[in-house]
Amino acid sequence: MQALYAQLLVGLINGSFYALLSLGLAVIFGMLNIINFAHGALYMMGAFCAYFLLNIAGIGYWPALIIAPIVVGIFGMILERTMLQWLTGLDHLYGLLLTFGIALIVQGVFQNYFGSSGLPYAIPDELRGGVNLGFMFLPIYRGWVVIFSLVVCLATWYLIEKTVLGANLRAATENPTLVRAFGINVPRMITLTYGLGVGLAALAGVLSAPINQVRPLMGADLIIVVFAVVVIGGMGSIMGSIITGFALGVIEGLTKYFYPEASNTVVFVLMVLVLLVKPTGLTGRAA
Amino acid sequence: MKHRISALFLGAALTVSAGGALAQDKNIKVGVLTDNSGLYSDLGGAGSTLAAQMAIEDSGLAAKGWKIDLISADHQNKPDIGATIARQWIDVEKVDIFMDVLNSGVALAVNNLVKEKNAIMINTGAATSDLTNAQCSPNTIHWVYDTYMLANSTGQALVKAGGDTWYFLTADYAFGHALERDTTAVVVKSGGKVIGTVKHPLNSSDFSSFLLQAQASKAKIVGMANAGGDTTNTIKQASEFGIVAGGQKLAGLLLFITDVHSLGLKVAQGLSFTETFYWDLNDGTRAFSKRFSERTKNKAQPSMVQAGVYSGLVHYFKTLDAMGGNPHDGAKVVAKMKEAPTDDALFGKGSIRADGRKIHPAYLFEVKKPSESRGPWDYYKLIGTTPADQAFRPLSESACPLVKK
Repeated sequence: MQALYAQLLVGLINGSFYALLSLGLAVIFGMLNIINFAHGALYMMGAFCAYFLLNIAGIGYWPALIIAPIVVGIFGMILERTMLQWLTGLDHLYGLLLTFGIALIVQGVFQNYFGSSGLPYAIPDELRGGVNLGFMFLPIYRGWVVIFSLVVCLATWYLIEKTVLGANLRAATENPTLVRAFGINVPRMITLTYGLGVGLAALAGVLSAPINQVRPLMGADLIIVVFAVVVIGGMGSIMGSIITGFALGVIEGLTKYFYPEASNTVVFVLMVLVLLVKPTGLTGRAA
Repeated sequence: MKHRISALFLGAALTVSAGGALAQDKNIKVGVLTDNSGLYSDLGGAGSTLAAQMAIEDSGLAAKGWKIDLISADHQNKPDIGATIARQWIDVEKVDIFMDVLNSGVALAVNNLVKEKNAIMINTGAATSDLTNAQCSPNTIHWVYDTYMLANSTGQALVKAGGDTWYFLTADYAFGHALERDTTAVVVKSGGKVIGTVKHPLNSSDFSSFLLQAQASKAKIVGMANAGGDTTNTIKQASEFGIVAGGQKLAGLLLFITDVHSLGLKVAQGLSFTETFYWDLNDGTRAFSKRFSERTKNKAQPSMVQAGVYSGLVHYFKTLDAMGGNPHDGAKVVAKMKEAPTDDALFGKGSIRADGRKIHPAYLFEVKKPSESRGPWDYYKLIGTTPADQAFRPLSESACPLVKK
C-alpha cells in the first residue's frame, strides 16, 4: 500500500509536466487554431536556455525561471509573425506541417552542436535534499515542481477564463472582425498569446532541466504523449488539459508499478478508448 | 603431342589469368550502420564513421591500388529499418562489411541477413553475448565487449565487495534482457541473490517510479541493465531520490565515456564499471584519441565502440591485403581473419575465436572525484584488469555450433 502512495505521488509529479505542456498547447490551439508541433522543441529550448544562462552568463535557476520563458517566448512570437500568421484560415494540416518542420530543424541544429547524450544541470542548492514522508523519500525539488506548476496552470486558467483580457482574447477567436471594431489590435493579441503558450513550454523546460539531462531530443520524446493528453482532455479546453495532464501522469505512474512494460503505451490506449466513446475529448465541445 | 602441350599451356594461362583477375579485385565497400540521431548517437554515430575513415586513411591500401568506399546510415534503433538498410546495402550497394551496428535488437536482425547473404559484420556496438553464442555466425565477429564480459567483470567485483543482493532496472529489449540474464548468472554463481527486477521501455525519460521500486526492495545493489541516455537519467534521478545516500549502490553494467561526460563528475563520481578501451590507457590509445578528438566537433574522446570500429577495420584491411585481393566472400575472409592474431595500438594484442568472439583484456574503472580530474575527459581510474583469456565466456560453455568440442 505504501508503494502505491509513492507511485501516486510520482505520477502527480510527471503529471505536472504534462499539464504545463498540454496547457500551452491548449491555449495555442484554442486561441490560434494552430496544432503546435514545435511545442516539444520549444520546451527543449527552454531547458537549453537555462543551461546557457548558467554556464555562459553565470545566471542561476531562479532568474532562469523568468528569463528563459521570455527569451523563448520572443522566439515564438517571431515565428508567429514571420510564418504562422500567414496560415490563418487555412486547414489545420498546414499549421501542423509547418510547426513539425520547425521542430525538426530546431532539434537538428541543437543535436548537431550538442550531441545526443545531453548536458548536466544541477538542482539549485535551496531545493536539494528531500523529506521522508513515511511511505517514500520525496526530493524537495519534485515537490516544488508539483506546487509551482499547479499555481502556474491555475493562474493561466484564471487569466483566460476570468479576466477582461481573457474575455477579449476569447472574443477575438470567435469573431475577430467585430473585436477589431472595438479598437482592439487582434493580430498583436494573437502574437502575444502564442508567446504565452510558448513561454509555458519553455517554463516546463527549465523545470525539467535539473531532473532530466538537457538533451536536444527531450521534447521529441515527450510531445507525442502530451498530444495524447490534449486529445483526451479535449482540444482547446484549458481546464480539461490541466486535469487530464495530472490524471494521466498518475495513471502512467500506476502502470509503471503494476505493468511497467506498458507504461509507454497506456496513454495511447486511453486515448483510443476516449476517442471511441467521446470523439471531442473528455471536456471538449462539439465543433 | 605438340597440340596437347600448347593446349596445356593455353589452359594454364587461362587458369592463371582467371585467378589473377579474381585476386586483382581491389575494391572494398565499408558500411557503418549506426544510430545517427537517437540516444546512442554520441557513443557510435558520426564518431564511428570518423573512426572508419581514419582506419581507411591509416591502412595505406590506397597507395597499393585498393579502392575503398565508405557509406553510413541511421538505423534509428529499429530492427526493421536496420534490416531494410542492410538488405539494400548488400543487394544494391554491394557493401562487403558492416561496422558498428550498435543496438542488440538491430544487430541480431542484421546478423541473420549478413549470414544469409555471405557478407561480414564486425559488431562493435551491440552488447548481447548471443552474437557469439546461440546466434553465432561464420560471418560475424563481435569485437569490443558483450554482456557476458560486463557481467563477469563488474558483477563479480561487486558481489566480492559485499553486494550480494541485487535489484535490476532493465531496458525492455534484447540488450537489457541479455545483460540481466548474464549478470544474474554471475551474481548467483558468486553467491549473491537477485531479489527483483523491473523492465522499463527503451528511451524513457522518467525513472522515478522504477527507482522507488528498487529502493523499496532494499537490495544492496541496484543494477542498471540499460545504456546511453537511459543510464544517465537513471543515475541522475537516483541521486535525487537518495538511493546512494540511503546505502544502496548503483551498478552501471554498461557505461560509456560519453555518458560520464554528459553526467559530469559531480554526479558520476565513484561509479565503477567495465570497458575494454579508454583513451588514456597508454601511448597508443592516447595518440589515436588525440587525432580522433581533433577531428570531432566537440573535441570528444572516442568511445570504446568507435575505437572498435577502427581496430576491427585495421585487422580486416590487413587480412585482405595479405590475401592479395577481395574475394567478396564473407565467410572466407572471416575465416582468414580468425587465423591471424590481432594487433593494434588501441586494444593491444588479441585474437578472434572460432565463435567469432574477439578477445582482449577488460578493464574495471572507477570514475574519479572532481578533485582528482586534471581536466575535461580525464575521468577514469583503473582499478582492475581481467586478462583476455578470462574476460569472455569460455568456449567450454559455448552453445555456438561453430565451436568444435
